Amino acid sequence: MFTFIIRRLVQTIPVLIGVTILTFSMIHLVPGDPAQIMAGESASPQQVELMRERLGLNDPIPVQYFDYVSGVLQGDLGNSVRSGRAVSDEIAIRIRPTVELATMSTALSVFIGLIAGVLAAVRRNTFGDTFIMLVALFGLSMPNFWLGIMLIQYLAIGVDIFGFNTGIFAASGWGTWQQQVLPVITLGVAGAAIIARMTRSSMLEVIDQDYIRTARAKGVKERVVVYRHALKNAMIPVVTVVGLQFGSLLGGAVLTESVFAINGLGRFMIDAIRARDFPIMQGGVLVLAFMFVSVNIVVDILYRFLNKRIDLN
Amino acid sequence: MVKPTDILKEEPILEVRNLQTSFFTEKFEVKAVDGVNFAVPKGKTLGIVGESGSGKSITSLSILRLIQNPGKIIGGEILFKGENLLDKSEAQMRRVRGNEISMIFQEPMTSLNPVYTVGQQISESYRIHQNIGKKEAMLRSIDMLKLVGIPSPEQRVKQYPHELSGGMRQRVMIAMALACDPELLIADEPTTALDVTIQAQILELMKELQQRLGMSIVMITHDLGVVAETCDYVAVMYMGKVVEYAKVADLFKNPKHPYTVGLLNSLPRHDIDLGDEELTVIKGSVPSPDNMPKGCRFAPRCPFASEICVEQLPDLEQSEDGNQIRCWIYTDEWDGDPEVKVNG
Amino acid sequence: MAKELLKVTDLKQYFPIKGGMLGRTVNNVQAVDGVTFTVHEGETVSIVGESGCGKSTTGRAILRLDEPTGGQVEFDGEDLLALNNRQMRKKRKDLQIIFQDPYASINPRQTVRQVLEEALEIQNVVPKAERAAKIAELMETVGLGAHQADRFPHEFSGGQRQRIGIARALSVDPKLIIADEAVSALDVSIQAQVINLMKKLQRDFSLTYLFISHDLGVVRHISDRVIVMYLGKIVEIGDKTSIFDNPQHPYTKALLSAIPVPDPDIETKKERIILQGDVPSPINPPAGCRFHTRCPFATDRCKTEVPELRTEEHMKEGHQGACHYIKEIQAGTHEAKY
Repeated sequence: MFTFIIRRLVQTIPVLIGVTILTFSMIHLVPGDPAQIMAGESASPQQVELMRERLGLNDPIPVQYFDYVSGVLQGDLGNSVRSGRAVSDEIAIRIRPTVELATMSTALSVFIGLIAGVLAAVRRNTFGDTFIMLVALFGLSMPNFWLGIMLIQYLAIGVDIFGFNTGIFAASGWGTWQQQVLPVITLGVAGAAIIARMTRSSMLEVIDQDYIRTARAKGVKERVVVYRHALKNAMIPVVTVVGLQFGSLLGGAVLTESVFAINGLGRFMIDAIRARDFPIMQGGVLVLAFMFVSVNIVVDILYRFLNKRIDLN
Repeated sequence: MVKPTDILKEEPILEVRNLQTSFFTEKFEVKAVDGVNFAVPKGKTLGIVGESGSGKSITSLSILRLIQNPGKIIGGEILFKGENLLDKSEAQMRRVRGNEISMIFQEPMTSLNPVYTVGQQISESYRIHQNIGKKEAMLRSIDMLKLVGIPSPEQRVKQYPHELSGGMRQRVMIAMALACDPELLIADEPTTALDVTIQAQILELMKELQQRLGMSIVMITHDLGVVAETCDYVAVMYMGKVVEYAKVADLFKNPKHPYTVGLLNSLPRHDIDLGDEELTVIKGSVPSPDNMPKGCRFAPRCPFASEICVEQLPDLEQSEDGNQIRCWIYTDEWDGDPEVKVNG
Repeated sequence: MAKELLKVTDLKQYFPIKGGMLGRTVNNVQAVDGVTFTVHEGETVSIVGESGCGKSTTGRAILRLDEPTGGQVEFDGEDLLALNNRQMRKKRKDLQIIFQDPYASINPRQTVRQVLEEALEIQNVVPKAERAAKIAELMETVGLGAHQADRFPHEFSGGQRQRIGIARALSVDPKLIIADEAVSALDVSIQAQVINLMKKLQRDFSLTYLFISHDLGVVRHISDRVIVMYLGKIVEIGDKTSIFDNPQHPYTKALLSAIPVPDPDIETKKERIILQGDVPSPINPPAGCRFHTRCPFATDRCKTEVPELRTEEHMKEGHQGACHYIKEIQAGTHEAKY
């Protein structure tokens, strides 16, 4: 197991190098003069020249890349063009809500998805199964910004029912649990639906395996057969999906962050793109890529842990 | 009608009467087990032999009531020590499974759960049926592995199934099945997936354990050689019915049903040289279940079939030597070639 | 004696195992390790052995379905391993293979007619206009009706599908058919039909068979000569009477005695040799005689010295065994340990 983790970490080095090359090139691949773009349309030639000097754009490309990477390795991602503050500080403030939101909604998806998937599988081809899968399909096809708006309408602003106002949650911000409930639901529903469908099909495959019959022949209770013998095997493909899910939530929660006015990384990045704030964009992409790679390693380790058939060495 | 216990010299531990198990598809009902009768003698081995589609495996799963949807046991009695298993509640049935009646399966490769260690899987039987602690269960599992001849069992309990060879896995299956000292062991093609030298080891082990522990065995197999080697009585099945039910020595010395005769003749043997002679074959193939012959199920392939065979299903009847056979030839109603009747 | 059709010399098939940080080849599975034999025109030679002995790998290596690691394969006087891919494809017309699972080796979306047409087209042995007649003839030859040609494989039973496999192999008028566990998946009553068919076709079309099987009953019935393999090596080779009635190698003896016979009288009298342990892994096969870890007769010599195939005085011509102690065991001067 230890050698596997080491090997897996070594394998990520080329990926990370690739990512730095990509983020570094971003600035050069944009049509036009990056210094002009960043300085703004109304900037004077002197201002543009100053910007070029500040960004080190006069050096040869390899030197620029070397400077960039050595900066990254020291935790220096440059300074924001807009605010002038260090990119690392700017990102650090916004990353917490994003990571918290992604973690909580993934946890919610896993919890609901697993239970729904298992229930549907053991009731295969009955009304319950069809019903759960219909709800899952609905959850999957619903745009999440719309769900967010609906949740705000009915559970934050609220309506009066028999003198009781249903607006018990907050509609914006991030910090208290009242603020967290609605965005977590908004973001978690689609994931729950995917995991439910995945779990169901995986369970159906496992439940027909010979070792499930062996467990039944031993006199194991059906409930234990399902949760102890079948689910652990069925989880193996689901883990991969959960990992991908979590990874995409890290970068893709922009809409939810906007709807609930959460000061997170997604929204921050969009703003940076609008403002042509290249250092922020580079830093953000780098941090997201790093998190994505880390999540993948964790998933791989978990996968190996569950799937004993893969030889660890 | 004859009783399945009639041919036994011993007390029966299990008696199956008129067992019917069907699978329901949208279009039709497949009668996989269609009125099966047999009995298992105490401390001895009954073989159930047949080709694919004969219903032998479904029969074995029916005994433990392990038939899953869309299959269903629709009739009959399964008397285990005098009590009908079909009358028991699911909870009562669970106390029988793995405790009083155990089962081992054909594919040792896939019959063990890949995500639990061998020790965990054997321990589970103890923990379910004997209500003992984890540690104690693990110690007993090690003893069981020793009993089934697995070297260094202290290390083996910690291994996962994929780390063991096919033969070793089947030994683990046997250890698991025998953990709670069952009175009856149902072995569904236990050696079919194994190489012949490993098969010899496993069959030897089963015989030795039977002598030591005194359990009864139902041996489900397609291999007549395995029947000859391990069984005391044998039921030959064809298309969901027992066609011949006899003492093993009688069946091989004097097979009566044309299907049994055909089966024995079509088997090429490594100890007999036929020279350039052709193998005697059974013509045609097993009809599909939605096209079940209305008379004797074997009539379309039987070289002797006459009018009555095609029209009416014969009963399982007692023959002169005390064995049981389902064939018109051996009845007074036989309307075919009289020569056939005399020669059997 | 008929002429040599297939001559296999020192055939080796190693499969590399990748591992380590950089995925280098860290070891080899020695699936087939130095196998030499010949097959004469019109005869049936069987290769028997248990899983992992290399019998199927040998068949595949001869056809170059997997490229062999070493050795020579001479077919009809021509070195098969020297052919380029295009020449080899043409040569496959003469060497056909039938697999265990006919269903897996037939495209389920093609009708039998399409399957056979494709085979005829690739090798272009029959003019287009005559193909329909040829297909009808092939169907009849393997005991199916010509009217069944437009059905799909799933509409046939296992035995019928194996007949289709045979028809496809026959369609190009091959000289050699390699049958890899061709009847192993079939029920006894159907198996007998297919075996009879294969024997009849051999007579009618003067075919040569290399018959790979683990079932010694079938092998005795169909073969002229038998090769017994264990862990990638030939341990015994001879005509079928020698192998079955006068086996010399301790492994062959154990293998034969392990097979249960459908006769309780023989079963109760028989002295069964029960080998201990499992077949070792072909990744690091035992040194010396590969069978020494399970052999009741093994000595220290067997652990180091590789036995060559040899014919001792009491053995028939062409009957060879690879054991140091054939003579001593025969004479009863070398006792088994268990």
